[in-house]
This record gives sequence, C-alpha cells and structure tokens, in this order.
Amino acid sequence: MVRPDPETRPTPAEARPTPAEARPTPAEVVVRARDVTFAVDGRELVSGVSFDLRAGEVVALVGPNGAGKSTMLSLLSGDVSPTRGSVEISGAEVGEWKPGPLARMRSVMLQHNSSNFAFSVEEAVHMGRLPWDVDAEHDAALVAEAITDADLRGFETRDITTLSGGEAARVSFARTKVQTTPIVFLDEPTAALDLRHQESLLTSVRQLRGDGAAIVVVLHDLNLALRYSDRVLVFGDGRLVADGGPAEALTESLVEEVYGQPVRRVRPEGIDHPILIPV
Amino acid sequence: MTSKVLNRSQMPVSTPATGSAAAKAEKQHSVRRLPLLTCVVIGLAVLALLMVVSASVGPLRIPLGDVTRIVWAQLGLGDGSGLSQRDVSVVWQLRIPRVLMGVLVGAALAISGAALQSLFNNPLADPGIIGVSGGASAGAVGVIVLAGGSITWLLPLGAFLAGLAVTGLIYVLARPGRNTGTSRMLLVGIAVGSGCQALTGFFTFIADDQQLQTLTFWQMGSLAKVIWPQFWATLPVFVAGLVIILLNARTLDVLTLGEREAQHLGLNVKRSRLTIIIATALLTGAAVAFAGAIGFVGLVVPHIVRIVVGPGHRGLLPISAIAGAILIVAADCASRVVAPPSEVPIGLFTAAVGAPFFLFLVVRMRKSSW
Repeated sequence: MVRPDPETRPTPAEARPTPAEARPTPAEVVVRARDVTFAVDGRELVSGVSFDLRAGEVVALVGPNGAGKSTMLSLLSGDVSPTRGSVEISGAEVGEWKPGPLARMRSVMLQHNSSNFAFSVEEAVHMGRLPWDVDAEHDAALVAEAITDADLRGFETRDITTLSGGEAARVSFARTKVQTTPIVFLDEPTAALDLRHQESLLTSVRQLRGDGAAIVVVLHDLNLALRYSDRVLVFGDGRLVADGGPAEALTESLVEEVYGQPVRRVRPEGIDHPILIPV
Repeated sequence: MTSKVLNRSQMPVSTPATGSAAAKAEKQHSVRRLPLLTCVVIGLAVLALLMVVSASVGPLRIPLGDVTRIVWAQLGLGDGSGLSQRDVSVVWQLRIPRVLMGVLVGAALAISGAALQSLFNNPLADPGIIGVSGGASAGAVGVIVLAGGSITWLLPLGAFLAGLAVTGLIYVLARPGRNTGTSRMLLVGIAVGSGCQALTGFFTFIADDQQLQTLTFWQMGSLAKVIWPQFWATLPVFVAGLVIILLNARTLDVLTLGEREAQHLGLNVKRSRLTIIIATALLTGAAVAFAGAIGFVGLVVPHIVRIVVGPGHRGLLPISAIAGAILIVAADCASRVVAPPSEVPIGLFTAAVGAPFFLFLVVRMRKSSW
C-alpha cells in the first residue's frame, strides 16, 4: 500500500501487454509525442505537437508565457490526457502506465514546491525514493549525493517551510534526482535560482544526460537553452514552431517572430555558443 | 560613477553556518525532535497511569491499589479476595469500559485528524471536514427525536450510519474529475456540513424537553453510557481503521507534497485518498457514535505532536493516537470529579483546553511551520 504493490508491476502473466521497465539503450526513442492536442472549453492550449525524445539528450522547451510549455510537460507527465493524439513512454501510452512503474521510468520537477509541514531537507529529498524498494544504505547514499550536488550540505536538518524559493527548488531537484529515472521532466527548474546555482543545476542535468537519461527542461532563459541543450523545441501559441539544434533553431528572426521582441545574436570571443541579447 | 567593490574577505559567502548570526538562524530553522521510542514509552506510561486513576475516581472513590487488584482478578491474573462486590462492579462494569472506550475514541479522533491534515495538505483540517461529525450529529438527533431511540444501541447505530452516509455523499459530490484536487472536497464538505446542521437544528426545534436533554448531552460528548458490549462491538472497527492508517504512513508523507507530486512519485492518489477517507470515516463515525461530538482533539493533538516528533507519519501517527487517548481519558476523568455527582460533558473540557492552546500555537508561530 505504501510502495506500489507488487501486483501493479508488469508481469508476463497479465493479458494486456504492459510497458517495459528496462533501462533504455542509448539514442533509443523513449518519449514519442504524436499530434498532441489539448483543449479546454474548445480552446487549444497545445495543438498538433509531434516530436521524439531520445535517451541521452537534453531537450529545452522554450517559448513566451502562455505558449503551452507547462501544459506540454503535464501531458508528457501524464497529469492530463491529450484531447487528441498520443504521448507514448517506452512504447506505451502514458495513460496505460500504472503509477508505480511510471514513477520508476520518469520523474517530474514542478515549478511550485511548497509544503505546509516541517519536514527536514533530508526527509524531503528522501521521499524521491518512494517508487523503489527500500534499501536503506543505497537510499541514504543517493540522498547524500543529491544533497551535496544541489549544494544543500549543512541544510540537511533545515525545516523545509523556512527555505527560500531557490533553496526549495534545489530540494525539489534533489528529490527528482534520487528518483533515478531514465526520463526526467523539469518545469522551469532555474526560475528561482541565482546565477551560480543555475549553472550548477544545469551541469547536473548534463551529467544525467551523460549517464544515459533523456531530459525535457522548460527554460525561459534562451541563453541557458543555447548553452545546455542538445535540441530546442520552440513553442508559440500552442504550436511547435521550431525543432532543432539550439544554434540552428534560435535565430534572430524566429525569436523576434515568436516573442515579439527583436534580439541580436552575438558570438563573443572565447565562448563557443551564440548569445542572444534583446535590443 | 564608480561602484565600490568589496574586499574579497568582506564578501558575503553563501555557504551556511558562517558567522554566529548565520549559525543562529540555521539552528533556529533546524528541525528538533525527540526520539520516537522515548515518546512512545513516556506516552504509554502516562496513559496507563491515567487509566488507573480514571477508574478510581468518581462519585464513589476506589483506592488505586484496589483498582489494579480488581482488574488483575477479573483478568484471572490475581486474587480478588477481600474486595467489596460493589467496588468490583463499579470498576469492572462501569468504569473500565468507559476508560477503554475513551482510549479508542481519543486515538481514533487524533489519528484521523493527523491523516486528514496531510491528505488535504491543510493544517486546519479535522475529522469534521469529511462530513462524518455533522452527519452523525444529524443522525443521532434524528433518532432521538423521531424514534425516541435508546442511547445504548439505536442512537449510536443511527449516528454511525448517518455519518458514513454523509461522508459517502460528500465523496461522490466532490468526486474529482480528471484533475481536480481535494480543495473541491473541502468546499463540498462545508456546504453539506451546513445542510446537516440545518437538519440537526430542525430536529432540535421539534424536540420535546426530555429529548432536548438527551440530545444536548450527546452533542457535547460523553462516555457515561458506555457498556462492555458497545466496546466489543466497536473494537474491530477501531482496530481496522487504526491499522489501515498506520500502514499508510509513507503514503501520507508524500501526500504532504501535494497530489500532483505524489502521483509523480508513483502513488495511486485516487486509491490512497479513498482508502484514507474510508478509514477516517470509520474511526470518526465509531467515535462520534458512542462518545458524541467531541471537538478539537483531531485538530489540536496532531499539531502538538508534530512539534515534538516532527511531521513524519511513522512517528506522528502512533504518537498522536497515544496523545489523543491521554487527552480523552483525562477529560473523562475530569468530567466526573469537577461537579460530583453530576457529570460535565467531555466536549466542554476538550474545547476549553483545546481552543486556548490552539490560539496560543497560532499566535506563537508567526510563520506557518507546522
């Protein structure tokens, strides 16, 4: 009852084919979105979006406010079902997955993380181990590593209700990390973070990618997308308007068209990726 | 204009616990907890002592030593010779069942409060919120007025069934669509609760004087009418409810992060929510049916326990149960000694102690760190 029941795990005996939980091989397509459309009261928040996500890549979702990025992430996470089209994770519709196995496959970091109860930072991070069988030593090691990685050392016994927004976001990221899933969805993880922690969080994301994970990250800072992602999906008004390598997709003309804000793309000496500056 | 650049050594460093001010802040915001085992041992010792005291006091005072001898003798573990038959029957037939029922009722209300606060992610939730108390009150008052019900069986049964029925109604009305959370349930609970209150008010209005006395007594809460068969009849309900909630400790921990997050961590949120609501409805329904509407236990006890052992449910749930039992046994004991030979309703004590203490907690904690 506490952890997902054994019966909720896929077994060969079950009649309906159940999603495979095996670790994906490199470059395998792990998430497949096809013609995904989500409408509320006839208004399409996301319309006709198709893309693949492969193991070992970081995909940035960018676009202006209200473009449908967070809705897309909810659709990928299985919080809502598409009105039309499909989202598949490891070959099965998200809605077909049972919560337990799905939580061992993909983790989600939400934008808003607040608690009304005074758990310690360590306890809050440890909750990320819920989908897995208890292995106290292994769990403790993962939690300690994630806490160090999120620069939360010395905060282990801090009451989480007293944390600043940035600190709470780092706790949330650490919890997502200890879930150790091959697919990771992050909704604006850097929004509340200072410069140094933005860099260190996205460096951790690159490490997850190096370990073979597939990551979708919603970002507002296009320069972070240019610097840290392998691919950028640009959303405008619910539609996918560009999909490609960050330097190819984020051109001056596209950014101006989508955001309604003229930008200049520059390439400072000694920096190996372009930078966008609003003008 | 030139900006003044601080010397490197003067620059603020973001690592925690540098400098005494930072260290102090860090210490203030750290969680402090008593070890779980210590709390369990102390709690059970206090509860056992109170139970013996409660069985000894009342209109007829029976020495503590005699109480324990009577209990041992009745359990076949000791020699009961030389005890007066009157004392034996007062202790064994009247007081022990109500003390034991007090333990169950207190544990049930407090653990339900703790579970519901986490389920609704709202520190102000209490068992009243799922409608069971309001429904039970309407049911009990209805039985008294319409059926002239005996307080032994018909009234508790009516209260219990009405409580569960109203909980079911609220659950169906608030049944979340694809994506709505528990806030809907809170609102439906408030609305249906008002409806129940209107019904209770109507029955009160048409009640005659004697019925009025019975229902007022019931509404303020009392264990005075508890007898052994009632205890045995409800014991399985209490045990089942307590065990189900205790088994959901880790589920409840994760639910405090919010339902969406809990779902992302692999929890079957709908099923967990249903399980917890059914368990708390059974517990509260059984408690309210036999002891009447005793307020504040489910609200206040978990708060105090969180301060001592923290919000983790592995400690919070069992310690809340013990503390709730202590509070009800103590209140029941007080109800007999304040104005003998008449008994003061328990609900008056729990509210009189609970309300100011709760206000004190709210005022003391400016930030909402429960």
